[in-house]
This record gives sequence, C-alpha cells and structure tokens, in this order.
Amino acid sequence: MSTAAVTDKRHSTLRAASLPRWTPWVIAAGSLVLGIGISMAAGLDSQVQWGLIAAVLFVLGTFGVAARVEGRRQAKDRVATSLVWVAFLLAVVPLVSLIWVTVVRGVKVLDVYFLTHSMGVVADTEPGGGIYHAIIGSLEQVGLATLIGAPIGVLTAIYLVEYGRGRLAKAVTFFVDVMTGIPSIVAGLFILSLMLIFEMQPFGFAGSLALAILMMPVVVRSTEEMLKLVPNELREASLALGVPKWRTILKVVLPTSVGGITTGIMLAVARIAGETAPVLLLVFGNPFINNNPFEGAQASLPLYIYQQFANSAGSGAAFDRAWAASLTLIAFVMILNLVARGIARWKAPKTGR
Amino acid sequence: MDISTTTDVPPPASQPTIAERKRAARGATRPGDRIFLGLSRGSGILLLVIMAAIAVFLTYRAVLAISKDHANFLTTFEWNTNVLEPKFGIAVLVFGTIVSSVIAMVIAVPVAVAIALFITHYAPRRMSGPVAYVIDLLAAVPSIVYGLWGALVLVPHMNGLFGWLNDFFGWTGVFSWDEGAPRSMLTVGILLAIMILPIITNVSREVFRQVPQMHEEAALALGATRWEVVRMSVLPFGRSGVISASMLGLGRALGETMAVATVLSPSFDIQASLLNPGGGTFAQNIASKFSEANEFGRDALIASGLVLFVITLLVNGAARLIIARRAEYSGANA
Amino acid sequence: MKLQRKNRLRALSLGAVAVTGALALTACGSDDNGGGGSASGNPSTSAQASSIKCDNAKGQLLADGSSAQKNAIDAWVKSFSQACGVQINYKGGGSGAGVTAFTQGQVAFAGSDSPLKPEEVTASKQICKGGQGIDLPMVGGPIAIGYNVPGVDNLVLDAPTLAKIFDSKITKWNDPAIAALNKGVKLPDLKIQAFHRSDESGTTDNFTKYLIATTPDNWKYSGGKAWQAKGGQSAPQSAGVAQQVKQTSGAIGYFELSYVKDGLKAVSINTGASKPVAPSSESATADIAAAQVVGTGKDLSLKLDYKTKAEGAYPITLVTYEIACDKGNKADTLPATKAFLRYIASEDGQKILPSIGYAPVPADIISKVRTTIEGLS
Repeated sequence: MSTAAVTDKRHSTLRAASLPRWTPWVIAAGSLVLGIGISMAAGLDSQVQWGLIAAVLFVLGTFGVAARVEGRRQAKDRVATSLVWVAFLLAVVPLVSLIWVTVVRGVKVLDVYFLTHSMGVVADTEPGGGIYHAIIGSLEQVGLATLIGAPIGVLTAIYLVEYGRGRLAKAVTFFVDVMTGIPSIVAGLFILSLMLIFEMQPFGFAGSLALAILMMPVVVRSTEEMLKLVPNELREASLALGVPKWRTILKVVLPTSVGGITTGIMLAVARIAGETAPVLLLVFGNPFINNNPFEGAQASLPLYIYQQFANSAGSGAAFDRAWAASLTLIAFVMILNLVARGIARWKAPKTGR
Repeated sequence: MDISTTTDVPPPASQPTIAERKRAARGATRPGDRIFLGLSRGSGILLLVIMAAIAVFLTYRAVLAISKDHANFLTTFEWNTNVLEPKFGIAVLVFGTIVSSVIAMVIAVPVAVAIALFITHYAPRRMSGPVAYVIDLLAAVPSIVYGLWGALVLVPHMNGLFGWLNDFFGWTGVFSWDEGAPRSMLTVGILLAIMILPIITNVSREVFRQVPQMHEEAALALGATRWEVVRMSVLPFGRSGVISASMLGLGRALGETMAVATVLSPSFDIQASLLNPGGGTFAQNIASKFSEANEFGRDALIASGLVLFVITLLVNGAARLIIARRAEYSGANA
Repeated sequence: MKLQRKNRLRALSLGAVAVTGALALTACGSDDNGGGGSASGNPSTSAQASSIKCDNAKGQLLADGSSAQKNAIDAWVKSFSQACGVQINYKGGGSGAGVTAFTQGQVAFAGSDSPLKPEEVTASKQICKGGQGIDLPMVGGPIAIGYNVPGVDNLVLDAPTLAKIFDSKITKWNDPAIAALNKGVKLPDLKIQAFHRSDESGTTDNFTKYLIATTPDNWKYSGGKAWQAKGGQSAPQSAGVAQQVKQTSGAIGYFELSYVKDGLKAVSINTGASKPVAPSSESATADIAAAQVVGTGKDLSLKLDYKTKAEGAYPITLVTYEIACDKGNKADTLPATKAFLRYIASEDGQKILPSIGYAPVPADIISKVRTTIEGLS
C-alpha cells in the first residue's frame, strides 16, 4: 500500500482530490439510462438484461471516473463499494419480486370465503373453493409435531448442557448435527416405510411425526445455545442453598432462558410449517375438511399450494388459489417470526454477548 | 438461527465440579433428580434411536433394491423400476445434484458475502437494520413458495438471459441453447442461489460483526481505505465463518425438493449445456417418481435417498470441522 | 426474577388463547361450495335432484389413480356427493400411483389407464380377501395432441410425423414433412418443443402404443408407461404437460381432450381416411366401438384399434378403468364404492362424459360392467 501512497500525484495538498458525494448517484443514473438505451437499441426485451448491462456499466464507470480523479487505491475502494451495492440490489430484486408477486396475485381471491371454505367438490381447474381444510390440516400437523418435537428437543438440550458428559453426550451432539442436515424428504420416506410395515392409511399425524423429526435438532441447537448463556453463578447459588439440581434447572435455569428457548421453538415451527416434501408423501391431501389428524387423509397448506400448481393445467383460477395460499402461509410464518423476535427482544438475557 | 455457528465446546461457565459430575453420573439420590435426569437422558437417547432407525432402515431397504438392480447402481443413466428386469442408477442424479448446487454456490456465496458486508460495513446506518431484518425474514419463506415463484415468474424471465448467454458464450458448449423452455439446471441453480442467499448472508453477517473493532480501527488509523480495511481485517477474520455458512447453504441446496421439482424439466440423461432442459436431482427425483412407484420402486428411491443422506452428512461434517477450528481461532482473539 | 411469575402467566394465557382460537377455528369452516345442494351431512335435502341410488353409502372414500380420468371423476363426484353426502377424495396421482395404493390397501378403488398386469393381480389378492382386483372400463377418451403455435389454428399431422416430432427428428415447425400435410398454412420458423410426461403414465403408454402400432419404423421403442425417447421436455401429469404447452410458444404435447381449452388447440390426425380427424367425443366413440373385451372372468379389460382408417374415427384413444376387488372389498367402504361405481356406469353417469371431452363406453360393454358392479362384494 505504501507504494500506492507514493505514486499518488496530488501530494501538494494535505487531502487528495476526491469526487463530490453525489458522484455515485450520477454514475448510477447515467449507467441505468445508458443500459436501457443500449438494450432498446439492441432490441433486448428482458428487464433482466437491462439491469445486468446497467450494473456492469455502473461498476466500470465508477472505476474509470475514480481512477482518473482519485488514483488507483481510491478507485479500487469505489469499485468495491459499487460492487457491494450492485450485489445488494441484484439480490433484492428477486426477493422483492417474490414478495410483491405473492401479495399482488395472492390478494385476488383471498377473502373470508376463501379462508372459511374447503375445496370440497370444486374441480382444480374451476374457480371457487378455499383453503380452510388446508389451514386446519397444517395447524393440527404442525401443532402435534411441536408437542412432540419441542419437549424432546428442550430436554435433550438440558441433558447436553446440564448433565451431559462422556461418550453418550458426544454421540448425541454429533447426531444432532447430522440430523440438522437430513433432507426433509428422507424424513418423510422413513415415516412412510413404518406406515407401510404396519399397513396404515395416510393420516395427518404421520406428517406430524416426520415434521417432529425435522424440528428436534433445530430446537436442540437453539435451546443449547440459550442454556449456555445462563451464567453459572445462578446455578451455583441455587445449588449452594441446597436446592436439588432438577429444581434448580426448572426454577432457575429454564426461567432465565425461557425467552430464547421460545424464540428457538417458534423459529423451528415456522420452518416446519412450510415443509412440503414429507407431507406430500404422508398425508395424501384431501379437498374436504378433516378435523381428525389421527384418521383419514388431511390436507396441508404447502401441499395444497403444490397440488394447485401441479393440477392446474394452466388454469388461472388454480394459480390464483396457489398464490393466495402462499400469501396465507407466508403471513403465518412471518407472524411467527415476528412474535419470536419480539419475545427474544423482550426477554433477552442481560448477560453474555 | 443466526447463532448456530457458535461453538459446541461448552463454555467454562457450565463446567461442573468433580463432585457434582460424580453425583450426576451416579444418578442423583433424590427421586426428583433421578426422574429428571432419566427424562432428559431418555430424550437424548431417543434422538440417537431415531437416527439409528433412519440409517438402518434406509440401508436395509436400499440393499434390498440394489441387490435386484439389473444394472450398475452408480453408473446407469436410467430409472426404470416398474418392469420385470428393473434398471436404475444414480449417475444422472449425482451429476444434477452437484451441478445445480455448484451453480447455486457460485452465485450465492459472493453475493451473500457482499450483502453481509453491505449490512455491516457499507450501508447507511438507517438502512442496515431494516435490510438485515428483511433478509432474516426471507430465510423463513417456505421452499414451495420459492418453487411457485420460480415456475411462474422466474422461468419466463430467463428466456432473454438464456438467449444472451447463447449469443455470447454459446461456443463454449456449456451455454449453448436449443431454445427450449428455460426449465434447465441453470434456472434451478439460480433459484437455489436465491433460496440459500438469506441463510449464508445471516451467518456471514454475524461473523463480520464479531471482527474485533481494534483490527479495523488500526487499519483505518494507518490510512487504509474502506476496501482495504475489509480486505485486510474483515475477510481474513471471517473466512472460516463464511466457509461454514456456505456449507450450511450447500446442505440446503443439496436436499431441496419442491423448488427443483416445480422448475426443472426432468429427464434421465446428462445435458452438456446448462441451458438445455434435462437432468435431475436426488430429492426432485424422489418427489416426482414417488407417487408412481410400486413397492420395489420405492425401495429404489430410498436407495437414492440414502446416497443423498450420506452426501449431506459429509457436507455437514465438513462444516462442523471448520466451525470447530474457527472456535479455537476466535477464542484466541477474545 | 420478580417478573417471572407474571411472565409465565402471560405465556400460559397466550397458549390458552392460541388453543381456544384453534378450537374455535375448527368449528367455523365449511365444505359447502357446490352451488346448490349441501355437500356434506345432509343427504335427504338434495337426493331428490337425481336418480342416484345411495344405499347406505356414507363417510369418505379414498381413491387414487389416472389423471386422465380426473376431470370425469371430478364431475361425477360433484353430483354424487351432492346426492349422497359421501365425500370422494380422488387424487389424480397417476395410474401407477393408483394401482400401487390399491394393492397396498390404501384406497377403496383405483383409476388406471392400463389394465392390471399379472403381477399386480397377484398382489391384489392380498387385499381382496378371497378375490382379486378387476378392471372395469368406465371412461373412454381421445388423447389429444395439443399444440401452441402462434398463427396456426388448424394443424394436421400423421403418425410418422408425430413419431419424428416426439423423437426429436423433426425440430422446426416449418419442416417440409409438416408443411406437406398442411398445404396453405403458413408455418413459422419456430423450434418445436415436444413435451412428454416425466412420471409414469397410462397416457404415455397408450400414446406410444399407437405410435408402435401405426409406424414401427419411426418409433423403435418398446413402449410402456415410462417415456423412452430421448430429447424433448417433461412435466408431471397431464395437467403439468397442458400447463407447459400453454405457457411455451412452439410447444406440443399429449393429454386428454378435456385439457384442450383456454386457448390450447388440438392436432387433427391424418389416418388415411378421406379427411383428417379431429379429437372429439364422437370421433373417439367411433373408434372405441370397435374395441373388444379381452379380460377373463369378471375382468373387462379392452383391446383398442389403433390402426383404424374408418371415416371420422380418431385413432389415439384410451379407455380408463376403475379397479376394485371382485370379492373382499373392505366392509366399511363397500356400500359407498358400489354406489359410486353404479352411478358412474349408469346412463346418467355416462351421459355427462361427452360434454367434458370424454367418450362413453360402448353400450354392450357398459352393460356387462353394470352386471359386474352389482356382483361386487
């Protein structure tokens, strides 16, 4: 870097010449106009190409201008800055498009009727129908999965942090990590094989079991982190007062970390609520309302979206329903997320990091 | 969970005394303690049992299927299980899974690192909070929604880009295009990149945040530009964190099912060009062949699922090793 | 620490609210969206609307199978459940899925485009206590070759050209072979995008059987439910193929006639008759009329005539079957299964078919089907 400083020609003044603050904006606007111009001239009709051309022009333009006025080091810095901005915009475009399209196309058929009626006898290519049956299915399956997965996950984390030493704990830690990486479809295949062995019909609870398998490792990991944040002084104080260890855990350790644990569980719930693959294999799907998760085929929101997409035969009505169901699902997941974050902030441990 | 990169090594805080350890090991004297220990240890053991059951069962069914395979399981370009002499092999699936994941990584990792840098070092302060927040939320968008968006919005938009790639890079063969609908590996890779972007960004951001302030200030005091600060102090510190974040993303890309199943036009051959439709991935193949498969066909799919399981296991194991090493590194800095 | 008690209370009440909310939710939804009659629970109010005999049918029937007959089943289910209050959950997962689900005892009946294979009959004996699975032809229909070529409204092809298109031997719409069959039509210089099924399918089976029967020189594959030719693009299920053809300029694909709507057009086939035949309910009926029963015992599987040159007979047809046990159907689903099958084989049931792009089963065959259904136990 020192050589760069020496070759800098403007040593007459203390501050090197620098571009005015508005330069990046001007270059950006210029390259955007130029990009669209070139694309128009070349007859390109895709906005993707316009954007890419403009982005390239922006980076090159920034480098050219900065190299001239400010020298190479500053130019490199400017290029890095503009690359970061471009990358950010590049990534934001599809993500914004995803949300935008889902909202705009989802609100078309999303109304009270849609939320309170099932598909019933409406054919997939016809307009009408709703997602009530899928909402019920999803709530019950995810709820049951949480009832199974969350306690096991939390207890395992307690074991690992509070008791676990030696080989068993090491094995559990390792396999929790491995479990995190299980593709969701493999969990589905596993439960399905059990069902085939016991000759069972598809039912909602089977989906819950697969979802619970996917949920456990996530809960274990997040709960572990939270329990580790509880300062040891609290435990020691409690133990020193003669409180049994289990009461110490229940009355001191868990309450201290309950916010973080809840957050972790809710994020895990949000994650499994959107899982399609295992549900696809296990609950069969059902256009009618089935309130009983232990018997008979059930629907679920992600499965419903997939079926509406796959069975649409290109019919607009089916796509509208798929988007509206997506919007409902995203809203559900987002609300869970927001609540989880709210809890995390509200009960954030005062110690640690 | 942004914090999942942190160490597995229990912090000194929870290290119990020897006496305590012995008591815990012996099983506590009080019934409450015994019950509680039993419950929590039982849960841990249950997890192990589930894992073992999955592994054992998958292997068992896979062996059943592979032993009846009339072709080489590893090298066959065919998946035909519903006939008297079943022939199936995973060559196409291995290729497709790796190619789509590699494309996703090549696109997602640099962009994700850039966004993480943007949030921690470049964005105007008022902007960085909300941006981080939005990216966080996007990590939670269900994959089926990405799939729906990919099939109905992304695919039609790829036509222009594909034509362009064909015009300029068609001579390489990798980017030649026969003007089929753009439901190809490249589209899948791009969609996967978009899906794993938030995950990699979140983890990288946490790592970049932990860069010791002193390192950066020292560089700044020496007159370094912002880029030089990033290059000399932020990136080296965050490197292993970024690698493990990428591994997490890779794990998700490898096992992604619905988004691939909705976007790809599957076939059992390998396309030299990334732009022509065809190919398949493990998870997509299971999802799309499953409903038509008879019991033997399901065993064959389970066999492919086992291979996917092993691959993801290796990737996660690698990520874990890297994280463990990073823990030592950052521990020295603390 | 002081706050904890309060917080836990708050968390508890939050949970309570969530649970009661969920409970309340389960009470307020409705399956009733069939227009007129009540869809569930109240059979008496709308039963007079038709002559459907419900017997003791009740509860819900699971069924799975051919997506080729999904649209027909959807229409039948609508009138049947309005009359009887039985919910019939037919998932058009494909013929193979249906047969698999049937031989595993997961569904009451299956829909299939191809009759049961010997090994499948053997497998069905485990489920049908004392009996076996039998094929009941219920729906006939043309397999339409749908296309999406801008500016071309009336396309004629013959078997060899079709075979070459789907085998990627002809790749442009203005190929001389296509032009020769379509004199006076301005064909664009557009790449042909041939779509086939990515899953195993009876539709694929019947379509390739047609190609093998009529033009073995151009279609050198052995046939079967899985697509064998290389090249082209794929999509799952008839609906998926139809969706892709609709979205893609220059696309061609095969699916049931009922998917030909909303801007999709169907190819007319030059069979050697005096003029090309368009797929329609009538033209398919004309072809199916020549079908022969080849099944033995109660099984009524059919053999179709693909090489027909009869005037107005469309050669690419399929007959889809319902598969049920001749003896040993599950006791709790038997009344509903029987009632539903009886309804769809009845004149009322078959009458619906032409209006939605299917062809009814010829009279002499359907009467055998009716007799067989009455004998199901």
